Amino acid sequence: MSKLLLIAYDPADGLQGAGFAQKLGLPFDLLCLTGVAPTDVGAERALSAGLDEVPPADALASGLSGVAGGYTHLAAVSAMRSKDVLARLAGLLDAAMVTDVIAIESPSVFKRPIVAGSIIATVEVLATPVVLTVRPAAFGTPNLGGASVAESVALAGSGTAKRLSISARGGARPDLTQAKVVVSGGRPLKDAATFESVIGGLADALGGAAGATRAAVDSGIAPNELQVGQTGKIVAPELYIAAGVSGSTQHMAGIKDSKLIVAINKDPDAPIFDNADLGLVADLYDAIPEIRAKLGR
Amino acid sequence: MKILVPIKRVVDPYAKVKPLPDGTGIDTTGVKFDINPFDEIAVEEAVRMKERDASTEVIVVSIGSGDAEEQLRKALAIGADRAILIETSAELDSPGVAAELAALAIELQPDVILMGKQATDDDCNQAGQMLAAKLGWPQATFACKVEPCGNALHVTRETDTGDETLELPFPCLVTTDLRLNEPRYIALPGIIKARSKPLDRRPAAVNQAPRTRTTRYEAPAARPPGRKVASVDDLLVALKERGVL
Repeated sequence: MSKLLLIAYDPADGLQGAGFAQKLGLPFDLLCLTGVAPTDVGAERALSAGLDEVPPADALASGLSGVAGGYTHLAAVSAMRSKDVLARLAGLLDAAMVTDVIAIESPSVFKRPIVAGSIIATVEVLATPVVLTVRPAAFGTPNLGGASVAESVALAGSGTAKRLSISARGGARPDLTQAKVVVSGGRPLKDAATFESVIGGLADALGGAAGATRAAVDSGIAPNELQVGQTGKIVAPELYIAAGVSGSTQHMAGIKDSKLIVAINKDPDAPIFDNADLGLVADLYDAIPEIRAKLGR
Repeated sequence: MKILVPIKRVVDPYAKVKPLPDGTGIDTTGVKFDINPFDEIAVEEAVRMKERDASTEVIVVSIGSGDAEEQLRKALAIGADRAILIETSAELDSPGVAAELAALAIELQPDVILMGKQATDDDCNQAGQMLAAKLGWPQATFACKVEPCGNALHVTRETDTGDETLELPFPCLVTTDLRLNEPRYIALPGIIKARSKPLDRRPAAVNQAPRTRTTRYEAPAARPPGRKVASVDDLLVALKERGVL
């Protein structure tokens, strides 16, 4: 009998992944590593591991392998943290794995983007169990209702990696991968202070998150966790504003699921205009203050 | 210290690629191949560790067709000591790659395996973690800084929210992210020297049955063409029409 274990880092992550879990159409349990698992997302059991801090991948994957028995499918929302741990879990379980699922053909056939989103591959799973990371934007929000059986579970894992330090920047802005509005900047932002005041300022005015290109992050203009693209974060906001972003294939791979893409660039031939819904040929240093002034924010 | 660096031959990450018209694969006509950029960063990091500690040996390995010799020679030109080419015509999935590399690691007993976090062709981000799991070694993915420290590595890794530093006792596995280093320009003497460095060809040891199979390759749905607006005023009107402001 097929059954899915949806692995979530916290209740919000569980809610994001539940859209996929419902679309897969198999009975499922939800496991929240931290916080209390919600009981209204359609899971049979709402399992809470009750961790204060998520351990490094070796210990966490080992702990998860102890509760993986009986499941044919194990899935989590795609993110750096889930890719780190779930691929290791797949190794421990000798499982098949499909990364970045964007469509379900059947419980054993999935679609996923490859080569920076240039190609969509259809992948057939030939082994059990299968481990999946999924892009939530493709599956919508879950129907809420019902009541799962709430249970606590203990993850008894061990590992030898030791965490020496951790920094979480984040701040007051919404999570980049969950924000309704994302404002991104590229290398023309010059330096960290300019990036923060221009891109961060517009993001705050719109209640959104700030994002950045690889070039901006590599040159120290923006912190690494803001990188959007093939090897950074995948975003899917209602509104994506790209300012001073040329629009490389690698960057576009991270923003394709955005509902509306707005490009502001002074180069009329920038490739971003080929993929933007609305394009404004203008210097971002003129356009962004004007937008804020006219919005009165 | 002994460092094993697995590298993959991939289509030029900056080329525009399309699926074959019949959907059976990727059209690589006229497209160049290179070392997966994340793997090149891994080679560079291993060679830098060797430059700091001359007793370090750097072994590069690739799995695939004989054509991968080109990428192994490039890795030797960067400064790796020797290369192994595991020749197979099978299209291995990540578990299959991890199985071959695990067999090789058990034979070679490296202290560290350094490899790219993902290949820019399949974008899987799986093989390193699966290999670490098979070997029972600790791992650090998305590494942006690697420092040997006694019998361990201190690895700073990028995370969804910032970064963290892990201590991994040897033997351990590290996958590289973009900002770990900038691979060097390869000068001619390095290329010449690489030609005479040892390259050992051998068949696949495990030949594990694939766990997944790609059955179709297709182009993504095209975004409907957008339009340019003439001014900030027009932009704001359009945004209000779409209900996003």
